[in-house]
Amino acid sequence: MGVGIEVKNLNAWYGQTHTLRDINLTIPANSATALIGPSGCGKSTFVRCLNRMHETNPSARVEGMVKVGDIDIYNDAAPVEIRRRVGMVFQRPNPFPTMSIYDNVASGLKLNGFHNRKVLDEVVERSLKQAALWNEVKDDLKKKSGASLSGGQQQRLCIARALAVDPEVLLMDEPASALDPASTSKIEDLIFELKDEYSIVIVTHNMQQAARVAENTGFFLNGQLVEFAPTSTIFTKPHDKRTEDYITGRFG
Amino acid sequence: MADTRIKDAEPPALLKLQVNEPHAVAGHAVEGKAPAAIREFLNKRGSGAAGDGAFGALVLACALSILGIVVLILFVLIQQSKLSLHAFGLKFFITSAWDPVMGDFGALPFIYGTLVTSFLALCIAVPLALCVAIFIMEICPKPLRGPVAFLTELLAAIPSVVYGLWAVFVLVPIMRDHLGPFLVKFFGWTGLFSGTNFGEGLLTASIILSIMILPVISSITREVMGAVPVSQKEGVLALGATRWEMIRIAVLRNARVGIVGGVILGLGRALGETMAVTMVIGNHPDIAKSLFAPGYTLASVIANEFTEATGDLYLSALIEIGLALFLVTVVVNTIARLLVWFVTRNSAREAR
Repeated sequence: MGVGIEVKNLNAWYGQTHTLRDINLTIPANSATALIGPSGCGKSTFVRCLNRMHETNPSARVEGMVKVGDIDIYNDAAPVEIRRRVGMVFQRPNPFPTMSIYDNVASGLKLNGFHNRKVLDEVVERSLKQAALWNEVKDDLKKKSGASLSGGQQQRLCIARALAVDPEVLLMDEPASALDPASTSKIEDLIFELKDEYSIVIVTHNMQQAARVAENTGFFLNGQLVEFAPTSTIFTKPHDKRTEDYITGRFG
Repeated sequence: MADTRIKDAEPPALLKLQVNEPHAVAGHAVEGKAPAAIREFLNKRGSGAAGDGAFGALVLACALSILGIVVLILFVLIQQSKLSLHAFGLKFFITSAWDPVMGDFGALPFIYGTLVTSFLALCIAVPLALCVAIFIMEICPKPLRGPVAFLTELLAAIPSVVYGLWAVFVLVPIMRDHLGPFLVKFFGWTGLFSGTNFGEGLLTASIILSIMILPVISSITREVMGAVPVSQKEGVLALGATRWEMIRIAVLRNARVGIVGGVILGLGRALGETMAVTMVIGNHPDIAKSLFAPGYTLASVIANEFTEATGDLYLSALIEIGLALFLVTVVVNTIARLLVWFVTRNSAREAR
């Protein structure tokens, strides 16, 4: 089951640039939450703060509190422990080219020292089925490299890889922006299926996508969270003038 | 048929909406046309086929000249060593006699010395070079990265004879008084460290060789590690990997083909290195099991004895030693390449 996320007074910097300002937000468990906003508004930085990937950049800095379930991730746990519970899918598919499809999916468990073959086989099959990729790859799981798949398949492989460690939260940073419409719709169907079991946070530039998959939507602008509300509210009667301007295409 | 269908069909509502209501672009309209000179200039440039053809021919000539030089070297080596080739035949490569007085020559001790010192040098240098590269690329603070990398590269710029001098005055005493006794005490049972330890010998030569090939291997390793995309590292980190796990899975695994390429280059240097090795290897054509024993390499014997080679057969035999070095280099490099090809065959084909 997924867990909710609570964010209090979150501030983030890259070097001297203040990229996130006083973000306060509660993301409910077992639902999909979309984050929209123009390029450079801080939404990617925000999701990277939720699994402490932000600090892998040497010039980055974070202040504030983020609670994933009961865990205060900046005080109660090490980054590696958080990242095992909060999975992430990136904008560009990044399968491991030197590994087979099977090893790509199993990599998260293997690197953490889990080597029970029977369970691994089961997890790989289950994750690939969850990512709707099983039928396309089941015949050459160990023969083909992860890089030999098409772009859309690679992204679903990356989703399977993230799901294999059974995370509580799945962060997706523009997961479909490098994909064609058919692959995009597959990813969206997937999000729809997965949100019963996981809490999903998805960053997107595509507002129709946000409307299709997410229960709640947040609008970011210049490092601030302008509005966070149920998706239908955001897209039909937003409270803030800036949200309305962005959604109707007057800027951004 | 198809055309009329498309013409008759209504455009989808969404598309129509976007077409009918273009975004107002405020303040971006540019007055006037682009200068006519641009198109005029570009239209006049032509296809450029002649220049391309000339460039292709030039590059081809350069590439062929490399092949030509190799063939020429091989030709001269064979021609100049004819006397020795006739006298000893293929037996030259498998006998260990080296008696200029009696005119009996064999290359085996030299081949043995070359292979053993190069192999040992790789065993010492590869782990060190990998660690240096990992430190510089992944662990060293950014401001220090340039200076440290520069220092390791400086090692490559030191002349071979200076390494030789350093080895004679520093490394040999250390070997004789400290490292040698230590090895005898803890690894004496292997039989690799037996006999009298003069400080000079196969092991000392291997150590100095390893220092000399370290910068080549580490700088190439650094380059290929730097070429690993950030997305790969982030992918591994996002799965909950520690820094070492990330380096192992994302960096070393993705860079392995390039790293092996660097190792092969280092091996090439080790096989042919002459001066420093000659100064510390002991220069005695022997096939000994002990690494303390003096040895001789193909390159060293040419350097040492070429000027004093009296008699045509002696000279011819030395040139055939050169031929042997050439062949050893070719064979070892071929084996290394085949090994790389064999190991990475699957992933390389799939990754395309």
